[in-house]
Amino acid sequence: MRNRFADTFYELGKADPRLCVVVADISPAGSIAKFRHEFPRRFINTGVSEQIMIGMTAGMAQRGLRPFAYTIATFALFRPFEMVRDDLCYQNLPVTVVGIGGGVTYSTLGATHHAQEDVAIASAIPNLSVIAPCDPSEVEAATRWCVAQEQGPVYLRLGKAGEPDLSKAAADPWVFGKLRRLREGGDVCILSYGPIMKRAFALAERFEAHGKSAAIVSLHTLKPLDREGLAKILQGYAHVVVVEECAPNGSLAMRVKELAWDAGATCRIDTFTLKDAFIHCYGSHDDILDAHGLGVAELTARLGLQ
Amino acid sequence: MDATIATLRRNSLDVAAARRRCLGYRRRILDISQQVGALHIAPAFSCTEITDVLYNSLMRRETNGEYRDVFLMSKGHGCMIQYVILEERGVLSRSDLDAYCKPNGRLGAHPDYETPGIAASTGSLGHGLGMATGQAYAEKLKESDVLIYCVLSDGEFQEGSTWEAMMMAANLKLDNLIAFMDFNDFGGLERMSDGHRAFYPLVPKAESFGWEAVEIDGHDESAMQEAVMSRRGGRPLLLVCRTVKGKGISFMENVPIWHYRSPNKEEYQQGLKELAEAPL
Repeated sequence: MRNRFADTFYELGKADPRLCVVVADISPAGSIAKFRHEFPRRFINTGVSEQIMIGMTAGMAQRGLRPFAYTIATFALFRPFEMVRDDLCYQNLPVTVVGIGGGVTYSTLGATHHAQEDVAIASAIPNLSVIAPCDPSEVEAATRWCVAQEQGPVYLRLGKAGEPDLSKAAADPWVFGKLRRLREGGDVCILSYGPIMKRAFALAERFEAHGKSAAIVSLHTLKPLDREGLAKILQGYAHVVVVEECAPNGSLAMRVKELAWDAGATCRIDTFTLKDAFIHCYGSHDDILDAHGLGVAELTARLGLQ
Repeated sequence: MDATIATLRRNSLDVAAARRRCLGYRRRILDISQQVGALHIAPAFSCTEITDVLYNSLMRRETNGEYRDVFLMSKGHGCMIQYVILEERGVLSRSDLDAYCKPNGRLGAHPDYETPGIAASTGSLGHGLGMATGQAYAEKLKESDVLIYCVLSDGEFQEGSTWEAMMMAANLKLDNLIAFMDFNDFGGLERMSDGHRAFYPLVPKAESFGWEAVEIDGHDESAMQEAVMSRRGGRPLLLVCRTVKGKGISFMENVPIWHYRSPNKEEYQQGLKELAEAPL
C-alpha cells in the first residue's frame, strides 16, 4: 500500500508544484524517496515532532499549497490530535493526513504503535473525511482523489506493504463516499475495509462451501458513510456481516447497527471488531488479528459455518 | 527585500499619532466590555502597541489597500485589539464589533479563520507559531517576499509545540518569519516568573534554537520598529517584548483577575477617566 501511495503521489507531484509531503522522521518509501530527490524543497522532515508536522501543513495549505502529512498512524493522528482537530479540521483545510500502519499492522511493536481506534477517533471530528482503502488499487484511487479535492481535511489510513490486490476485478469503480461491491452474492453481504478485507474473502469462501452466496462490499470511505447504500444492503440481504480492524466503540459495526434500526431492517447482523483491549501479543499482523478474536476459524465458528 | 525595507523606512513612525491611536483602541475595547459579560481585556491591553506597530507601520499593503504581509494572532485571547484595529482600517465593520460574542455576530472571543483579516483560527495556545512556520515556508516555496508576523503570549512558550516550531523555523532558515512574544509575565493563575523560575532568561533560549532574538520594551513602538528593521536576517526573528498585562488602566495592571473579566460601571468610568487623562 505505501509503495502504491508513493508511486501515485510522485506521479501527481511531478505535475502539481503545490503538492508537498511533510514527514516526521519516517524513511520515505519507494517513490517518495524519488520525490524527495527531485523536489527536495517540497519534502520536509520535521524530525520526531508531529505537532509541527501537522501545524506546518495547516499554514502551508492556508498559503495555497497542498501538503500531505505522512507518518505512522498513531503519530499522525494521536500525538498531534489537537493540531489535527483545530488546525486542519476546524479551519477545514485541504490537507491529507496519511497514517501508515493503521489498526494493528505494526504487530510486533506493541500497543504504542497500534492505531486500533484510529478510524473511530478520526470519524468523530467534524469536517474530517476518513478513507481506509483495502488494497493497492484502492490506495491509488483514493490518493488521486485526495490530491484533486479542495473540500477539506482527509485522514487516509493505509496498511503497510504486501497487501494482495482484491478489488481489481470489481465491477464498481472507486468513488469517494460510495460503498463498493467487490464480489457479487445474494444470501449474505460482508462489509469490510482496510487490509483485513482478505479475511472477508476467506469468509465468503466458507459461506460458499455451505451453499450460501456471499457478496463483499468495501466501505473504503468511513466518513462520510454511504448511509443510503448501507440502508439498501440492510434491507436487501437476510444476513449482513461486518469484519473490521477497529476497536468496537465508534466502529463501522456500531454504525451499521444504528443504521439498521433507522432503516427498520430485519436482517441478521454479525459484527467482528478488534477487542476493546490492549493485547500483549507480539507476532505477525495475522497473529495479532487472531489474538483479537478475528481468526478466520474463530469467525467461521461464531457464524455457525463449521 | 532591500527595497521593501527602504520603503518602510520612508514611512517613519509618528510616535504621537501611535499613542493617540492606542488610547483610542483601549477606549473602544473598554466600551465593548460594557456590551458583553466578559472579554479578555488585560491580554489585549498588553499587546496593544505591538499590534498597532504591526498594522500601522510594519506591515506592507498592496496598492488596493489590502495587506501584503500576514498578521497571525497566536495568542487568540488577545484578539480584541486586532478587532478594533481591523474596524478602524475598514476590514471589519462597526456592526461586526457591536455584535461581538452575540449570536447574530461573527466575532468571538477567539479569532476564526476566514473572518476578514484573520489569518488563522487560534485560541488553544501553542498552535500559532506552527501554522506561521508553515505559512512562511509556503511563501519561500512560492518565492514571494511576503512576511509572516506572529504574536504569541509568553505563556505559549510553555507549550512544547511552540518549541517544535522554534526548531523547525530555524532549521528552514525562515527569515520571513517575525515573532513577537507578549512578555507580560502573567498566566491565568499567577506571575509566571515566580512559578517557573528556571524558564528564564528567554533570549538565550531562542538564540540557542537558531533564532535571532532581542528583548525590548513592548510598549515602545519606535524601538520595536527599529528592532525589526535592523535585524541581521538569515534566520527567524523573535522580539521578546516586555509588557504590562492590563497596560493603561491602573487597577488592571498586573492583576490576574483582569485576564478575563469586564469592568462594572464604576470601574468602567474610572478606566475612561484614566485614559482621558493619560499623557499624549
